[in-house]
Amino acid sequence: MSEKKFDTLNDVSDVVISTRIRFARNLREYPFPCRLSDEKKRKVAAVVKSAVLDGHSAISSRFEYIQMSELTQEEAVSLVERHLVSPEFISDRQGRGLLLLDDESVSIMINEEDHIRIQVISAGMNLDGTYDLADKIDTLLDEQLQFAFNDKLGYLTQCPTNIGTGMRASLMLHLPALKESGAMGKISSSLSKLGLVIRGMYGEGTEPKGAIYQLSNQVTLGISEQEAINNLRDIANQLITQERAARETLSKNITVQDRIYRSYGILQYSKLLSNDECMQLLSNVRFGVEAGFFQGISFDRINRLFIEAQPATLMKNIGKKLTPQERDRIRAELVRSTLMQPQVPSSHRLEE
Amino acid sequence: MLCQSCGKRQATTHIKTILNGELKEYDLCPECAQKMGYGSFFGNIGFDLDHLFGSFMDSFTGTARPQKRCQCCGSSFEDIAKSGKVGCAKCYEVFYEELLPSVQRIHGRTSHTGKLAHSAGTQVRARNELIKLRAELERAVKAQEFEKAAELRDRIKELEKTNADNA
Repeated sequence: MSEKKFDTLNDVSDVVISTRIRFARNLREYPFPCRLSDEKKRKVAAVVKSAVLDGHSAISSRFEYIQMSELTQEEAVSLVERHLVSPEFISDRQGRGLLLLDDESVSIMINEEDHIRIQVISAGMNLDGTYDLADKIDTLLDEQLQFAFNDKLGYLTQCPTNIGTGMRASLMLHLPALKESGAMGKISSSLSKLGLVIRGMYGEGTEPKGAIYQLSNQVTLGISEQEAINNLRDIANQLITQERAARETLSKNITVQDRIYRSYGILQYSKLLSNDECMQLLSNVRFGVEAGFFQGISFDRINRLFIEAQPATLMKNIGKKLTPQERDRIRAELVRSTLMQPQVPSSHRLEE
Repeated sequence: MLCQSCGKRQATTHIKTILNGELKEYDLCPECAQKMGYGSFFGNIGFDLDHLFGSFMDSFTGTARPQKRCQCCGSSFEDIAKSGKVGCAKCYEVFYEELLPSVQRIHGRTSHTGKLAHSAGTQVRARNELIKLRAELERAVKAQEFEKAAELRDRIKELEKTNADNA
């Protein structure tokens, strides 16, 4: 990107969890995945795989190729929980492949809805940096592959909603106060007029758990990547300001304070924690940290728990299949040990 | 917000319809939206899905014309309209006219202005550069950065001249 812009609000980690840029690309000489036989899909996978792995760029050697059909169900679901692939991608794993960078910041899905989906994720608000990396990888692939491209319509994709730039830029936002105040429905409908969309944490068709939302651009044609990103940033900054104002008010409310402190108590002392309960309580505690109720718990730690406490990732990290109750027990242990050290500071005074 | 149809799931789709001049707005969950025919971007009207596809069909079968198919992947426009999925890159050329209204409806615009693949022609490169520069100029004028605006204006003039010479 030629023009570097600083994100206007400096530290937004109280609201923004992560940044994601995704490009949809297709190979010109193959029909799109919906019209592709399994055999042809394997061929596409082989072509893309070698374009990435045999490239001369330094980054090439850091990619690992994963044949999706060879994964266990837990491993596959864990990829979704860690936001490395879409839920759609693991619904039918035949003929699908994944190229994953060693630090898991870049994943390239092969034969998802499009032949190629390049996805780059980074922590916090980092639209320019994330875009730059995605752009580099895209250019690297463009040099070796013949992308489906039309002078008028831009990059061609299986679904017309993605043509043009093929880019979806998203920010994962924690909006407990806006959710609590019932503003999300209104926000969501006004966003659609601005070419943006807000969804649950795992994207299309998913419910927002733990007040985590994904804000992304909807329009991809007739708008440049830079414009789409600037637009997203502007709206995100407005949402951040609104969320902070709502938190300011809500955090003075004794009922809200009570719920936050109780949540912290439950997370510290419970023996069994279901996933939904865990997400909700973690969200409350994060709100508490944001409001300055608890010190010594970093956002990073809570953000990691949001992912590590998910069922499949829990099992993957433990290395074996667990019954739902065993999972709830291990989840409770994980959360307790992660939150253990910090104490509620005595200096904090409740405003009566 | 909960879905207004089932009242159980989270609403993710906001729908506005104008029926007989009356504006109605709904918030629906993906399942209910799908059931009511809002799942596909090609479904441009109402709850009457059968009628909708019926009217699509009319324009093809009704006139007894042989159905146009993409030579590359074999898709007809009906296939695309039904699934919401385009078959291949060639389809966008074959069914350009048919797809354009949906594209317009989804994006509000019909012409790409972003990054170009290396396979893009030089003409489109020049055109995109012009669009970009003009947008920048507009911004510079608005921000009262007149020095920058003058510079941009010169570059635009130069580019327009080269384009005219090449044409």
